[in-house]
Amino acid sequence: MAQTKVIMPQMGESVAEGTVAKWLKQPGDKIEKDENILEISTDKIDVEVPSPAAGYLIDILIEEGQTVEVGTPLAVIADSVDESAAAKQAAPPKKEKKAEKAPEPEAAPKPVEEKPKAEKPAKADEPVDKRKFYTPVVLRMATKHDIDLDSVDGSGMGGRVTKKDVLRFLEERKGRAEAAAPAGERAEMPAMVLDGSEEIITMSNVRKRTAEHMIRSKQTSAHVTSMQEVDMTPIARYREAVKDEFRKQNGFPLTYMAIITKEVVETIKEFPNINASVDGDKIIVKHYINIGMAVALADDTLIVPVIKNADDLSIRGLARAIYDLAHRARNRKLTMDDIEGATFTITNHGLFGSVFGTPIISQPQVAILGTGAIRKRPWVVGGDSIAIRDIMFLSLTYDHRIVDGSYGGRFSQRLTERLESWDPSRM
Amino acid sequence: MAEQVTYIEAISQALREEMKRDEHVFILGEDVGIYGGAFKVTKGFLDEFGDERIMDTPLAESAIIGVGIGAALVGMRPIVEMQFIDFISSGFNQVVNVAAKYHYRTGTPLPMVIRGPSGAGVSGGPYHSQSPEAWFCHTPGLKVVVPATAHDAKGLLKAAIRDPNPVLYFEHKYLYRRIKEVLPDEDFVTPIGEAAIRREGADVSIITYGAMVWESLAAADSLAGEGIDAEVLDLRSLLPYDKEAILGSARKSGKVLVVTEPSLSYGPGAEFAAFIGEEAFEYLDAPVRRIGALDTPVPYSTSLEKEYLPGREKIAAAVKELAGY
Repeated sequence: MAQTKVIMPQMGESVAEGTVAKWLKQPGDKIEKDENILEISTDKIDVEVPSPAAGYLIDILIEEGQTVEVGTPLAVIADSVDESAAAKQAAPPKKEKKAEKAPEPEAAPKPVEEKPKAEKPAKADEPVDKRKFYTPVVLRMATKHDIDLDSVDGSGMGGRVTKKDVLRFLEERKGRAEAAAPAGERAEMPAMVLDGSEEIITMSNVRKRTAEHMIRSKQTSAHVTSMQEVDMTPIARYREAVKDEFRKQNGFPLTYMAIITKEVVETIKEFPNINASVDGDKIIVKHYINIGMAVALADDTLIVPVIKNADDLSIRGLARAIYDLAHRARNRKLTMDDIEGATFTITNHGLFGSVFGTPIISQPQVAILGTGAIRKRPWVVGGDSIAIRDIMFLSLTYDHRIVDGSYGGRFSQRLTERLESWDPSRM
Repeated sequence: MAEQVTYIEAISQALREEMKRDEHVFILGEDVGIYGGAFKVTKGFLDEFGDERIMDTPLAESAIIGVGIGAALVGMRPIVEMQFIDFISSGFNQVVNVAAKYHYRTGTPLPMVIRGPSGAGVSGGPYHSQSPEAWFCHTPGLKVVVPATAHDAKGLLKAAIRDPNPVLYFEHKYLYRRIKEVLPDEDFVTPIGEAAIRREGADVSIITYGAMVWESLAAADSLAGEGIDAEVLDLRSLLPYDKEAILGSARKSGKVLVVTEPSLSYGPGAEFAAFIGEEAFEYLDAPVRRIGALDTPVPYSTSLEKEYLPGREKIAAAVKELAGY
């Protein structure tokens, strides 16, 4: 601990004392050697006093205006401010008053910079986000079993995905695959965990399967959707007229879907390639027409029962089939047979009010038809008159690997023609 | 016999049975004859076998080992005793440069066993507590075995005596009278180079040998209550060591702790850890960790020795850390 005292200098042979005129530096200030730290005045001259050492001014012993003899200590300079703290303890009691000013230097952070850098250079590395830190065995298993590690929860240190987490994920995935087979299975009640502002819902098996199917479909087919406007007025008027009687006589309703489905089936007969599936580089055109009908269940999950051999059915037959399947779907009484084998799917998204849609193809089919809500709109009829018509938009999504724009477009167009030209004789 | 046999009695049994089985087998060492051995391993042997088969030697390890080498070369099967294995360093050159390399240089087999009490935990201080296996494992031409149970104390000694190579048999003095078990009546041999799973587990693998097997088992037991399932693999042989067993255990858990009694740096643990890192890399779910004694001579003071040595608490803490990695 090196301390240097600044003393009242002798400014002349006969000068015996001096007056501290002005302190140029304050306690805590860093001082260079020979830097002026105070001004003194004697009876002959006023002069600046340079610092005898480099360091920090830690103590002013003589205040401005005071006159002292030559050689009297005026201030203390120390090597570092820390040392000044120790010096403070060691300072004799009479200097306590001035010592109180000194606490400021202790706060000065400068000496800390002089300390050596981290003693263990190896630990200077910034920590890694453990959630993405995959050990060899975890990577190996992910590669082997085709696992997307982003979808695995980590229970290790720092959220690390451990080998056990991967094993658990595989078990669950296996369980899901096994549960995926049976139709009309018990839908699991999703578990809900309330966590303050967020809610964590475990996916039910149906949800997981739907999720997997949807993303897989998007990754498989080249989805293109094109829309057609359809004037459903003839159909709408007929249906309005007969629906109550039909219901009373048959026990099931005459829905738009029944009529639309019939026309879809007839149009498919003209455009067989839209009723197909893909197998490698082969297109398998089906000569049977099984229409899948998307049904939304009470818990907002989706199921698609199938009308087998729809081309064998009249509109009435289709109406019955639709009613039956929807009813059994909602009561979870569908069989495996009921949900397999569709060759073309219709989804009535208009049920929820939307007019256009971009439905996702149900693999391995190559097309899906979305029917929008039927709305009364002002429409141009007969050249240049305006009338209120019942308008529906068809959104046909097709797989552009198999179905080109012209083919899909013509299918849509033909279907539209059939619907717009509909008359009750087709019942 | 359904009575339990201590580790040290098992050694005596093996020596006695082999000396009876093969007249070429003989024992030489300090105080083995009249005194019956510093630990009484050969008590009664002088009366039973005579002084040409139980030979008291001068205090001169280099000469004792050298005589053993000479006897082995003319067809005898010497068992050289080092009163404390620490003293083997006085005969180091005979072991590593003569015995270890003789067959390599001349084609003549050199069947001999060098055995002695090794290991710490008895306040023996620096010269009565060493575990010098690393020096000899690093010497091609030797075999090194380290029994942890009474069964293997007998079986490995017999295997060593019957082996045509120079075999270093490091018996652990701490285990001498502390462990015992019922041994088979019939003649049996523990194969050199084979490990044994002492406790099966799938969460963390503890690779260990000697007295540390028991500390590892105690640690594993204490962790079972916390749901951590540790496997304890007793290597039994260090040179050669059971690579398949180590890999099997490492692959199963993905998390390995190597526990060895000698000081940590440059010890046998480093060999096993490196091997696992090389050969089981794709199965690892955590870094391979080692536990060993501090890098100092063995302290004399009991409390310092306890701090110096690995033990069940340190092992359990390391296993727990690995399990949570």
